[in-house]
Order: sequence, then C-alpha cells, then structure tokens
Amino acid sequence: MNLDQAFFLYFAAMIVVFSIVTITRKNPVYAVMALLVVFFHVAGLYVLLNAEFIAALQVVVYAGAILVLYLFVLMLLSVPREALGAAAHRRWPVYALVGGATTFEIALLLARSKFAPRPGPYPPDVVREMGSTQAIGTVLFTEFLYPFEVISLVLLVAMIGAIVLTKKWTPAQGGEEGR
Amino acid sequence: MPETHLPTQYLPVLLLLALAAGFVVINLVMGSLVRPKRPSAEKLTPYESGIPPIGQAQRRFNVRFYLVSMLFVLFDIETVFLYPWAVLLKKLGMFGFVEMAVFIMILLVGYGYAWKSGALNWD
Amino acid sequence: MTDLIQPIFQTAAWVVIYAFVPSFIVMNAVLIAGAFLTYVERKVIGHIQQRPGPNRVGPLGLLQPLADGIKLLTKEDIIPAQADRFVFVIAPFLSLVPVIMAYAVIPWGEPTTLMGVLPWLRVFDGWGYIPAAWNPFPLVPEKATLVISNLNIGVLYILGMSGLSAYGIILAGWGSNSKYALLGGLRSAAQVISYEIAMGLAIVGTLMLAGSLSLVDIVRAQESSFWYVLAQPLGFLIFFISGIAETNRAPFDLPEAESEIVAGFHTEYSGMRFAFFFMAEYGAMVIISAMASILYLGGWLPLQLPIPSALPAIGSTLAVTDGAVRAVNGALMAVPPIVWMLSKIGFFLFVYIWLRATFPRLRYDQLMHLGWKVMLPLGLANIFVTGLVILVKG
Repeated sequence: MNLDQAFFLYFAAMIVVFSIVTITRKNPVYAVMALLVVFFHVAGLYVLLNAEFIAALQVVVYAGAILVLYLFVLMLLSVPREALGAAAHRRWPVYALVGGATTFEIALLLARSKFAPRPGPYPPDVVREMGSTQAIGTVLFTEFLYPFEVISLVLLVAMIGAIVLTKKWTPAQGGEEGR
Repeated sequence: MPETHLPTQYLPVLLLLALAAGFVVINLVMGSLVRPKRPSAEKLTPYESGIPPIGQAQRRFNVRFYLVSMLFVLFDIETVFLYPWAVLLKKLGMFGFVEMAVFIMILLVGYGYAWKSGALNWD
Repeated sequence: MTDLIQPIFQTAAWVVIYAFVPSFIVMNAVLIAGAFLTYVERKVIGHIQQRPGPNRVGPLGLLQPLADGIKLLTKEDIIPAQADRFVFVIAPFLSLVPVIMAYAVIPWGEPTTLMGVLPWLRVFDGWGYIPAAWNPFPLVPEKATLVISNLNIGVLYILGMSGLSAYGIILAGWGSNSKYALLGGLRSAAQVISYEIAMGLAIVGTLMLAGSLSLVDIVRAQESSFWYVLAQPLGFLIFFISGIAETNRAPFDLPEAESEIVAGFHTEYSGMRFAFFFMAEYGAMVIISAMASILYLGGWLPLQLPIPSALPAIGSTLAVTDGAVRAVNGALMAVPPIVWMLSKIGFFLFVYIWLRATFPRLRYDQLMHLGWKVMLPLGLANIFVTGLVILVKG
C-alpha cells in the first residue's frame, strides 16, 4: 500500500463512519456536527485528486453555507431538547425505504456505466499546470454554458420559494418577537 | 520531498490544523492543573442578570433568520461561480461577460422580489 | 537497514523543515501578536479618551497581556448545569482553529535568505558529528518563501475558513442553553453570513484584475501594475467594512451589545474557554487586515511615489524634482518587505481600534439593511463596472 492509497482509505473510512454517526444521532445538532466532519473529509478526497477548487467549494458551500442553514432551522424549530428527534425515529421505516431506493438507484447506475480508463482532456498534470480553478472555469463557461445558466433559474426558484413559504408566517407588519 | 503526485502543498495546512488543535488542548489541560474547581448550584445556573432563570432558553425566533440564511446560501453559490469567471475574464472576453450578466440578472429578479416583499426588512 | 530508514528520515526532515517550522513560527507569532493587540487596543482607546490606559503591569503596562493570560488560565472553568456539555466544549475549539488555519496562505514577504542564515545552514555539517547521509541541513532551502503554503485557491481557502466561524458562534449559543447566549449567537451568526456575501463579492473585482486566486500571485500582479486600491476604491471600502462586520467588531459588535444581551454568545463562558473566543476575534482581525493589505495595498510591496514628469497633467505644476522623488522611492525600497507587510497590517488594525473608539453601535435593522440593501448591490455594481472597463480597455 502506498501513501495515496493510505490517505484515500483514511478519508473514505472516516466518511463512512461519520455518515453512520450522522444518521444515528438522536439530537440533530450532533448530526449536523458529524455531517461537518463528513464534508471535510470529502473535501480531503477532492484535494487528494488535485481538484483543489472543488474541495474549496465543498468547504465554502456545503460546510460554510448549507450546513449553517440546517443549524439555523434547528434553532428556529425550538423543540424541547428531550423531544428532539424522537418523532423522526418513530418514522424510521419511511426513511429506510427512501434511503434504500436511492442506494438501489445509485447501484444500478454504477453497474450499468462503464469505467473505462479513458483520460479526459484535463489529466492531473494539465490541471496542475493551469490551476484547477482555471481548468473548471474554462470548461464551465464554454462547454457547459447551458447547464450553468439553468443553475441561476434553479437558484431563483429556491429564493422565491423560501420567501413565499415564510411570508405566510411573518406577522403582517413588524413581528417583533425574538428579533 | 521524494517524487509524488500527492498534493504536498496541503501538508503544511494539515500540520497547522494539528498544531492549532494541540494548542487548544494543551491550554485546557494546563489550565485544569492550576485552576480551582469549586462548582456550586448558583454558579452553574445560566446568567440572567442575577435573577433566577425563568422558563426555557429555547424559544421561537423570528422566521427571518431562516430567510436570511436561505438567501445567504443562494448568494454564496452565486459568489462561488463568480470566482473562476473573474479569474478567467480576460480570456473569456465579452462572451463570458454577457454570459455572467444573464446569470446574475436572473438572480437579481429573485433579489428584487425579496426586496419588494420585505424579506430584507428587519422592522 | 540504512537503505530502508534513510528515505523515511529524509521525508520526515522535509516535513519538519517545510511544514512544521513555518507553521509553528506563524502560529505562535500570531497568538502572541493577538495577545499584544488587546494591550494596544486598550492603550489606544485610552489615549483617545484622554486616559492613560493599562500602565500598572511592567513598563508602560507592556506586560498586561501576560498578566491577563495568567489570570484567564487560572480562572475556574464553569460549565453551566443546563448546558449541552459536548457542544459547549467544542464551540470555542471550532471558533479558534479555523482562524489559526487561515494563516496558512497569508504571504508575509519576498523569499529571503534570512540575512544569510539559510545558505549557511545548507552547508552546515553538524561540525562533523553528523554522517553526511543523515544530515538534514542540505534540505534547507536557499531562500525561505515567507508563506506557509501558497495554495492556488488561497482566496477561497480564506473565505472557507472565515465561513466556519459561524459554527463556533451558533454552537456556543445553543450549547450554553441560556437566553442571552442563544439570542446573541443567532444574531451574530446572521450578521456574519450576511456580510460574508458582500465580502466575497468585493474580492471579485481584484480577482478580475489579478487573474488568480493565489495570494502570492495577486501581490505579484500588483508589482507589475499598481496597487489595486487605486482601481478598486469601492471594492476596498466594501471589503473592509464587511470585514469589520464579519469579525463582529465595533460599530458592528451587536453580538456583544452589553447593554442589551450581556456578552452575547459567550455569556456563559469563563477562563480559558472564554479566552479562545477572544483570541479568535483578534486573530480574525489580523486576517482581515492582512487580506486588505494583500488585495488592495500590494501586500509586502514598498510604497512608490509617482515620478512627477511621468504625470502628464499635473506633473509640471508640482514643486518637486524627479530626482528628489527617486531618492525617496529608493529609501522606501530599502525597507525590508516584511516590514512593509506588517506596517500595513498595523495600519488597518489601528483603523479597527479607531473606529471602535469613534462610532456608536448600529441597530440590528440598520446592520441588516446596510448588509443586504447597500453592500450587496454596490458589490455587484462594482463587479459589472470593473468587468466592463477591463474588457473595453482590452
């Protein structure tokens, strides 16, 4: 076993372990913290692949933004500490079903795709030469122009959705509670 | 460093993490050797200006906190897309500029809606 | 046997020289500087308010940080009975560690021989006692690059690490299970994330000019053109104001609005755990100052005055000769780069303190209004204008 395999095994093992920790915690705040560990190790895997930019995105967007959103939601729910997660654990068969179906789908996809060792136009040496940010930018803003523009629509829908959903709950003028 | 294709430039970062974590732990351990430990019921109650705490700390918060964090996620993603674009702008030229302008314009529709609907007001 | 261990030894020596030594030096320098900054802050604010400031411990009160440190170390460590122990304990950790880690990509100056020490070390043979195969000194570089690691994604790395500060704050508030702490934590986190957007957008302007995310490259790009504050005055203002809000400093120190919510998210913390939050705050101040210096004031580059005859419009009206300006430029050039870098950081830190002594605290709605309705549109406008100018000028 050489050094990069050792690193890969470490990151992969930690991801699996902390994913399990994430879904078995009764207290959602603990689950979020375990998920934070998972995200960092995923970022580590990206770094190992010389995909620095993606690793930075993993930290900035997932760890720095989305997980913070989760924490905010947990704070807002204001469930008494003892009751946290109790309801969720009663409905576990539903979640198991959804999770199982997703796993099955991924497995199916993996089984049907071919893993031919076909080098793309951006092997590690090239990426290292031009920088992973530049490599991704070059591809994203030319070849994947259409998906890139569609992302903005997805973000727009999310933004308007969030506003519409919360508007219902906001007192008409000046809700002062817990500001 | 012997020849490797591992990203060795991240090794110092990892080491800095270990050092920083070590600093915190060592300080706490060192402190625990010298500091007193005389807890009392009074000391261990949450501070509420000298009055015995009333009710739970958990309470309902303004839903705007949720809205702000949601908007933050969306704009954070937008910012992150801006970075490779900014670095490459000179190479992408006018085409890249218009491309990003369209992207931001679409998001600005949402921003305008948030402004109009009062989601950005705190009073 | 030697064949097997020797490469491992070489690797270990490499790790120590290139990773451990720089990390260790920077971390300790930063922590000591942070402690000293608390003294400077009290002294400066004292003088602004016509008081002497701390002057009891040591000459001019210089040992005050040391006394504070000893006091905090020996204070009782209180964990409230109702607190969630694990979260309460982990929160200061999550606050301080990312701040220290952010220093990994800050460049402090040009590669240097450290006044000839490094070349001497390279040929040092341990006075003949160390066998040549086991001598780690030839691994020492000719010149030390004054950055722990020059990552290609430096700017994003800093942004990622500062984004993590929200965790320490929210978890401290939640883990304390106290009303003031929870409210303060929530407020503070909302503030931090709001201004992070404006800060991220402000940086985009310099990235367009520099064409790189590496902080070393950004300074180098300014070496061959001009300090970016000249092209990005608006971006610079947005960056620094957001930076102040991001580090929860006055006049944006609502999380610690003593008159409303006691000490905010760290109300329940005492002793060393409290000190960690304190160190994180001061460490973050230095990071923002260093970033402002690197992105807008040319980092370690010396200040160079323009030559009068090279200024077409006003050049002839100035009463200074080219020779005098060249002489001044030469003198400025002679100051070591690291001194330039540190003085620029010092300047921004002074502004931080000055602002604290001058401005009253904002109200929370004013704060959010400024972040979302002023800073964000201005940041976007700055990007558009900068992009257009760059493209039109070719």
